[in-house]
Amino acid sequence: MNAPAWSRRVARAGVYALAVLMALWVLLPIYLLGVASFSPQLGVYQYPKPFFPQPFSVETMAFFLKAHGVVRAAQSSVVVAVITIGLATVVGAPAGYAIARFAFRGRDAFRVLVVSTRAFPIVILSIPLAVTFINWGIYDSVYSLALMHTALALPFTILITSSVFASVPKDLEEAAMTLGCSRLGALLRVSLPLALPGLAAATLFTFVLSWNEVFAAVILTVTNRTLPALVLTQLNESPLPYRFAGGFFMLAPSLVFMLFIRRYLFNLWGRVVK
Amino acid sequence: MAEIRFEHVRKTFGKVVATNDVSLTVRDREFMVLLGPSGCGKTTLLRCLAGLEQVDAGRIHIGGHDVTHLPPRKRRIAMVFQSYAVFPHLTVYDNIAFGLRMQRKPKAEVEKRVRDAAELLQIADLLQRYPAQVSGGQRQRVAVARAIAVQAEVLLMDEPLSNLDALLRLEMRADLKRLLKELNATVIYVTHDQVEALSLGDRIAVMKDGVILQCDTPLRVYDFPASRFVGGFIGNPPMNFLVGQVTDDGRRVRVGEVTFTPPAPVQAALRQAGRPDVWLGIRAENIQATTSATENALAGVVLVAEPLGSHNLLTVQVGEERLKVNTRADAAFQPGQALWLHLAEDKIRWLDPASTMALAGSA
Amino acid sequence: MNARRWQSLTPYLLLLPSAVFLLVFFAYPMAEAFVLAFRAENGEWTLKFFQQMISDVAFAPALQTTLVLIVILIPVQFVVALTMALLVQARLRGSSLFLYIYAIPLGISELAAGIVWFAIFTERGYLNTLLTGLGLLAEPFIFLSYERQGWLLLAVVLAEVWRATSIIMVILVSGLQGIPHEYLEAADVFGATLWDKVWRVILPLLRPSLQVALILRTILAFQVFAVAMAVAGTGITLLAAEAYRWYWSYRNPNVAAAYAALIMALSITSTVLYLWGLRTRSEELAL
Repeated sequence: MNAPAWSRRVARAGVYALAVLMALWVLLPIYLLGVASFSPQLGVYQYPKPFFPQPFSVETMAFFLKAHGVVRAAQSSVVVAVITIGLATVVGAPAGYAIARFAFRGRDAFRVLVVSTRAFPIVILSIPLAVTFINWGIYDSVYSLALMHTALALPFTILITSSVFASVPKDLEEAAMTLGCSRLGALLRVSLPLALPGLAAATLFTFVLSWNEVFAAVILTVTNRTLPALVLTQLNESPLPYRFAGGFFMLAPSLVFMLFIRRYLFNLWGRVVK
Repeated sequence: MAEIRFEHVRKTFGKVVATNDVSLTVRDREFMVLLGPSGCGKTTLLRCLAGLEQVDAGRIHIGGHDVTHLPPRKRRIAMVFQSYAVFPHLTVYDNIAFGLRMQRKPKAEVEKRVRDAAELLQIADLLQRYPAQVSGGQRQRVAVARAIAVQAEVLLMDEPLSNLDALLRLEMRADLKRLLKELNATVIYVTHDQVEALSLGDRIAVMKDGVILQCDTPLRVYDFPASRFVGGFIGNPPMNFLVGQVTDDGRRVRVGEVTFTPPAPVQAALRQAGRPDVWLGIRAENIQATTSATENALAGVVLVAEPLGSHNLLTVQVGEERLKVNTRADAAFQPGQALWLHLAEDKIRWLDPASTMALAGSA
Repeated sequence: MNARRWQSLTPYLLLLPSAVFLLVFFAYPMAEAFVLAFRAENGEWTLKFFQQMISDVAFAPALQTTLVLIVILIPVQFVVALTMALLVQARLRGSSLFLYIYAIPLGISELAAGIVWFAIFTERGYLNTLLTGLGLLAEPFIFLSYERQGWLLLAVVLAEVWRATSIIMVILVSGLQGIPHEYLEAADVFGATLWDKVWRVILPLLRPSLQVALILRTILAFQVFAVAMAVAGTGITLLAAEAYRWYWSYRNPNVAAAYAALIMALSITSTVLYLWGLRTRSEELAL
């Protein structure tokens, strides 16, 4: 570079400042909501708003959690998420393995198909399914919502597992086969242990996907609402403490999960990038 | 008894024919090298033998049993992969023990065999480490140890030295040769490096485009190549080839000003072929260069002189062709210098230009 | 022979459950949606649901707001995402921490994001607190009022930029990592400024990723609805929200399906436009 050393340093400091600024842009709103959620209930209505909880209090959060239907809705959310994870993994992981390990006719077409499903508006999927589920008598159940969520999560699961398995060298399995394993044995003893971290990340991602999903949840459930569906429908009638604490409660898991997933973020779009 | 027999093995990948009707017999305890450029089918043949690929046609026998349709684990083989394929999530010990554990061997025996193998490969002090914690060369030794620990009758090696740096490769080659001699296994070794092939093999099968061109001892493959390709592929520098004119009804061959008399069987073959031309193959070390004209010497001009320490390698223009010639290290030749080349007539190999194959009687 | 047959069938067998699932839960609802939207109870093919949709008083505002939102959202998000992606790629100290932070919103739902920005923009919220604290306002300004469509829209835009930029950023980072840094070094050697490098080297080579990211984000943007409800209540209406309303409040799945079909059509149109506008010639891809 032609610029003198100090201007380079200034530029670098400027870049750093920008990076920090953007980080603050992301973190500050979460922090503020956190402050509101952990202030005493009166503090929530307070104006001007303090930037620290004064004092720190779980009143507001407790208010939210004790509100009618919240705990049950949270449980439903967890149940739906867990079923979704199980189903999506059982159905999707074999497909991911097949794409990664076998070169078969139609592989690319299938991959394109899977990727293109992400382009389907959830609006156009949930409404007909609601009608169908009503007709089949399985409407308004966590299981039917889990089916919908599985369909949403499946493309991600397939793409992530195929990236993960692709990053495990094929000749490790072959070596295991020459040392006495069957194909399945090689998969279980060699590929699976090495693929586990990536698969775990896929699982976490599916959880977050299901936990956050609003539109299908609100269309497909009535009495067995998941948390987002419940909060959304109560939104306009609910008092501020309910809204704030509810919002924070809903986004808290993601903070934790993203910590674990961040290494596999790039595999989400089907590309294996270190 | 672990004799290996390939019978008319054919394997295609889509439109590409990797091995085309290959038949080969490897004797019990023989060290057979499959040599050839990339894409010649050597690795495919090895993988078919391992059971990692299914043949499209033909049969494969190991020790008298037809293993053509058996999965790898039933074939009683061991394999060293080019990338080593050492399991990253297991310690060196567990890696070496893997095959033995699959065979459900008792713990004491596993322990003994693992230690023995590790000793042989000089990695006994690394047993508790993970592959990521050892060097590439050491990982290669782990791969070999893993393969010999199972004491299989057949040992397959897919370019095991190609990922090592030059110095290490030299060392390992010698170590391997010593080590594999002590085993009771039939070894099939795939490489594209002709030096490795010449140094290690009992016999070399030279392959190109899915067929075996010649299968013979290193000495014979070097001295009596079956085709132009083999002569050019083996040896460094490759064999030189000159075009000669057939005269006197096959009894004489003229190259430039020089006339050669081929051996009787070659003369007969030339007569039968009825072609006006023939190829003469001669190696760099079998050509003598002199600064003054001698009887029956080809005239040439030095293009490049490369001092290689133990000898000098000259590139000489003779007529239309360029030849590589070895001279003594203290013989100083300059580019542009005229010189005369005397070919050792008993080392000339005669090949048919139409088929590129050696003429009958050349061997 | 059996071993070979199995070997070649195995991948298809492994794929089967997924293929069936996707067929049932994507292809089937798609078809059903069109049936719902175009077929009346008596089985006739009709456009009356579309007519109902279009003539509804909320239709035009919903369509307009959705389009305006997208037109504003996409460029802004793209710039922010590219900046974040370049910052992460700059290998500053702690760049993996920055990556984590920038990616946090990926795990935050529309609803939660909406509530977050509601807390900021609401009358007794943090923005007002800041502004009165700085002396810029005498008393709290009611941003989120029905009359102030502009502010409502801005709040929704901010919420969406905050939440959904990470999706684009992750795709761009992965694309950036695919650009060999020798190209940038060569640009440096030949005197390119940062602006030059971004505009002439990075962006052109990033085109495939840009295409993917923009298509994905636009399609997702057409479905935004909970954010608006959380931030603006009933002040703003969007297409997806209208679909929900027709299904839930008016108990009319047919018109809801009509909205869904409209959203689908808009998504496809924009995808085609992106594919066409950002198409890369095959020679350019041979990096």
